[in-house]
Amino acid sequence: MDSAAARARASAGGHSQTAPAYTEFHPRWYRPRISTYWWLGRWPYVKFILRELSSVAVAWTVAFTLFQLWSLSQGEVAYSTFTRRASSPIMIALNVIAFGFLLLHSITWFNLAPKAMAVRVSGKRLPAILISGPQFLGWFAISAIVLWIYMVRT
Amino acid sequence: MAAGGTRVRTANSDRSESITMARNIDIELQVSRYSPEQDLEPHLQSYRVPIRDEWVILDALNYVKDKIDGTLTFRWSCRMGICGSCGYMINGEPKLGCATFLKDYAPGPVKIEPLRNFPIVRDLVIEISDFLEKLKKVKPWLIHEGSNGQGEYLQTPDQLEQFRQHSMCINCLLCYAACPISGLDPIFIGPAALALAHRYNKDSRDQGSAERMATLSHPDGIWGCTFVGECTRVCPKHVDPAGAIQQYKLAAAMDGMKSFLMPWGKR
Amino acid sequence: MEAKKSHEPIFWTLFSAGGVVAALLLPVHLFIFGMAVPLHWIHGPAYNLLLSLAQMPIARLYLFVMCSLPLFHFAHRFRYTLYDGLQIKHLNEVVFASCYGIAVLGTVAAGWLLWRI
Ligand code: SF4
Ligand code: FES
Repeated sequence: MDSAAARARASAGGHSQTAPAYTEFHPRWYRPRISTYWWLGRWPYVKFILRELSSVAVAWTVAFTLFQLWSLSQGEVAYSTFTRRASSPIMIALNVIAFGFLLLHSITWFNLAPKAMAVRVSGKRLPAILISGPQFLGWFAISAIVLWIYMVRT
Repeated sequence: MAAGGTRVRTANSDRSESITMARNIDIELQVSRYSPEQDLEPHLQSYRVPIRDEWVILDALNYVKDKIDGTLTFRWSCRMGICGSCGYMINGEPKLGCATFLKDYAPGPVKIEPLRNFPIVRDLVIEISDFLEKLKKVKPWLIHEGSNGQGEYLQTPDQLEQFRQHSMCINCLLCYAACPISGLDPIFIGPAALALAHRYNKDSRDQGSAERMATLSHPDGIWGCTFVGECTRVCPKHVDPAGAIQQYKLAAAMDGMKSFLMPWGKR
Repeated sequence: MEAKKSHEPIFWTLFSAGGVVAALLLPVHLFIFGMAVPLHWIHGPAYNLLLSLAQMPIARLYLFVMCSLPLFHFAHRFRYTLYDGLQIKHLNEVVFASCYGIAVLGTVAAGWLLWRI
């Protein structure tokens, strides 16, 4: 395994005796470099990197929630400090951005799930909409219930 | 729109009618040239070729080779999307030269470059032995112990459906050119080879999935993939390598959890 | 490399589970407490109500899952974003330790907070 990996690396990395025999006497190959900013410039790559960066918004939201829970456990004064902090323009701006990324995560996640799951019903592959559809519905339902709980209890 | 604009401009600049005509039926190809003996790096060379309705990019390249510049080097064979040898970057997108119409790029110019993420041998010809090594690693053949003593192994249409889509690959390597991970991490096995592994795993006649899992449940195997999804988008045969790899990951995760939760089980 | 080979399925499973939880539960939470309440679109629950709500066992479990799993989702995804986006695969161990360090710390913090609340 390791020798095979080393061979693959060598043949990708150039002039080496372990490269496949018939390439040994090739003249110079040109090896293009990949720029550090490869994910800029092409829209599908930009979309990809935004999707991946949504994980930062996920971590941020959890941190925000942990801060909220901590304030909650510290008593009413601490919690009002939390609500005051959360109402500062900077926090609101950050949370709006994070919310946008969370939506991006949810939508791309549900849309990609059918790709990873090849569910077959009587030999036919279930159409993507029948896998992602219920997830979207579940998402709306849970969100509505949570909203309802907080709104009704006020 | 574009044609109208051209005509107005030529009328204003008082050009002759024939040039107006030529402008509408010609197109500029910007082809990447690299000669290992002479060049330090590739550069673009322009050729003007006629546009014909039925011409694909490959026809345009062959026109250049026959009529304008015999030194232009590129791979092709079947002209019908089967051999997989005519993959080029066309205006930055990996495409089959024989399945991409020239007129779709009017008024031009069209940039034709070798597939990304591969070393370049000459002009549009890439070096693919690295891929062939990787292909071998996934054991893309039926692994089967013994025999059923009856000759053929029968397969129902349903069983065929399980893997048929992933068996359509023509090894054109467009997916490797589209995959940023293949470029960034040269030891990543890559889309087509992993899709092919999945194809054999899903074959009812195959018994090699455990063997393949040992090689592929590895950071260089399926776990290197971050589901960019570009391989699936560019694949001319709808092989869906991205989907195949995610399904493979799911299977590997189940496998891993099983051996994690029940270490006394086999393997 | 061998060690990673056997662990990657676990990390990926955590990544997937966290991805599902993050997709289903996080947006509405951030919407309420990060936007709707601060912007006075809705009245936030009063302190006492919120506290008694958070003290319900089912709510504790809900909040724990909502905090913990998404952090493992983050750890996996962000680790690969750093590898690929910045091409720093050579810093493998450092990146790995920091990403999962955050996830474990966050999980412990969530468990501790929800236990004591
Ligand atoms: S998977 Fe598709 S794009 Fe990739 S080599 Fe096969 S046919 Fe070409
Ligand atoms: S020439 Fe064979 S696939 Fe294009």
